Amino acid sequence: MADADETTVDEAASEEAAGDVVEPERVHGALVTHGPDGLVVLHPDRDALVDLVEALGADGFHQCLDVAGVDYLRHPGRNDLPEGVAPERFEVVVHLMSHTERRRLRIRVQVPADDPTCPSLFDLHPGVEAMEREAYDLFGIAFDGHPDLTRILMPEDWTGHPLRKDYAIGAIPVQFKGAPAPR
Amino acid sequence: MSTTAPDNRLVAETSEGAQEMVDRALESATERLRELGAVLRLSEAEAAELGEQDPGDDQTMIMNMGPQHPSTHGVLRLMLELEGETVLRTKPIIGYLHTGMEKTGEDLTYLQGPTNVTRMDYASPLFSELAFSLTTEKLLGIEVPPRAVWIRMLMSELNRLSSHLLFMATNGMDLGAVSMMIYGWREREETLRILEKITGLRMNHNYIRPGGVAADLPDGWRDDVLRLLDLIPPRLDEYDTLMTGQPIWRERLQGVGVITTEECLALGTTGPILRSTGYAWDLRRDLPYLAYDEVDFDVVVGTYGDCFDRYAIRLNEIRESIRIIHQILDKMPLGDYRIQDKKVTPPPRARIDESMEALIHHFKIFTEGFKVPEGEAYVAVESPRGELGCYIVSDGTSKPYRMHIRGPSFVNLQTLPHMMRGGLLADAVAIISSVDPIMGEVDR
Repeated sequence: MADADETTVDEAASEEAAGDVVEPERVHGALVTHGPDGLVVLHPDRDALVDLVEALGADGFHQCLDVAGVDYLRHPGRNDLPEGVAPERFEVVVHLMSHTERRRLRIRVQVPADDPTCPSLFDLHPGVEAMEREAYDLFGIAFDGHPDLTRILMPEDWTGHPLRKDYAIGAIPVQFKGAPAPR
Repeated sequence: MSTTAPDNRLVAETSEGAQEMVDRALESATERLRELGAVLRLSEAEAAELGEQDPGDDQTMIMNMGPQHPSTHGVLRLMLELEGETVLRTKPIIGYLHTGMEKTGEDLTYLQGPTNVTRMDYASPLFSELAFSLTTEKLLGIEVPPRAVWIRMLMSELNRLSSHLLFMATNGMDLGAVSMMIYGWREREETLRILEKITGLRMNHNYIRPGGVAADLPDGWRDDVLRLLDLIPPRLDEYDTLMTGQPIWRERLQGVGVITTEECLALGTTGPILRSTGYAWDLRRDLPYLAYDEVDFDVVVGTYGDCFDRYAIRLNEIRESIRIIHQILDKMPLGDYRIQDKKVTPPPRARIDESMEALIHHFKIFTEGFKVPEGEAYVAVESPRGELGCYIVSDGTSKPYRMHIRGPSFVNLQTLPHMMRGGLLADAVAIISSVDPIMGEVDR
């Protein structure tokens, strides 16, 4: 992936400043948009995620600060995706930080509902362990290559993934392990 | 690499870590963290099964610590693998305080949002409110007036004071300096009294809101803050006498729970833990938000990355916060304490009595809320524990489609197994304390 297009983040930014971008902007092969918070947002394919994060690591994005899931079930027609990226139900959002350039970068990966898996970044950033477990627990997105993909916030024997949009609030009685039957 | 015994590892890393080039060291730290296996990966069912068997002489023992252990800061539970009194692997088990606040946040309007997030990190609630409000304002594309910015800074620093004073208290208590606990709580209470006067509540303030702050500073606030700023520094000197120079205190903390910069970066750690390794990274200075680029302060860093450095950093960050508050008092501008934007701000209370339109306007803002344009934003602030980020996805309605808080305690907890490996069980308490986790934020 990295050798397909050698544009670094810097060059992409200066290209944009020049104002005559004909080709869609790409960083390490991933399409680029700009968020309302001023961050550069990359939209790689699911399979290209690990290579992209590795290439960005070589560019100075050493710290992975956050991994979060989003369920777009009830908001499918979002308009902030670049052309060529098909919206899917789930999205994995990764925030990276470059301490040398003092800026953040966001990666959004589309994860389809019929195959909710995503490659794990654990090999590059061991600190994503807890965050990926959280996304697995609350959204049911499985991370391939994660060393211990278990529930982290909900009890081990819980069924369902609470932050999914089709998981109703307050519709399920609280589950207590080994609680006595009602009198 | 990585097959050295745990004891040698600590010495080697502290003495040579900084001499390698960042890239290579980072790579090796990542490799080391993966291979050494300080993290115990064992499900509760497996652990229960292991507990049934009688461990032989040459076997390790799995021990459970918490969730009701007094030194686990609430409801943290640790599964420890012990060899004699030496800790080998650790697994932090969390979730005992999980109340689904991110799910709740999706059902509250942007104006109700701070009420929800303020209950996450209950020792420094204003920072969660600040992160949420800044993210919402980013999505709305509005700028709050200067006075609101400076009030937010004042409140942040006062809250940092109270949070670090709480750390002084609990850290002392965990290590047996019980009188320190009383002093720390006493000084914290003085700070909370000012927060109460300004916001109306000691904790869970709901004071910083999208568009500004809830109310202007009350009469006499300046005298109260000045009185506090006169009161705290001599008390900090007393802490120095009581603890910093004391041989027992130093013996108990120095060289305990060592972590390197490379390990911290690989684990996503921020805040005092990262700074204790000698790495000067503070969002207030490096990615200034509010008006932190207009005040003068030092980023306090350590040298060895041990528990003592983390204690000393927090003690001196209190002094830096006092320095910042003095400058805020000098520079506090006059003007509006919230943005005068009809879409976001309700009309003043007095107008409601005389104008029907104002009443309807007020009613609509507090029932329907204001609509936020479609999009997504991430904004982070430097909380007393590290980077506190808020990620909001808006679908154009008056409630966040998805609200995610990146809690520093949640991520920093992952350093525990690595800091505990090869240490004594008694030091585990000192290490948990030095991470200063707030479980409300870990579990959300």
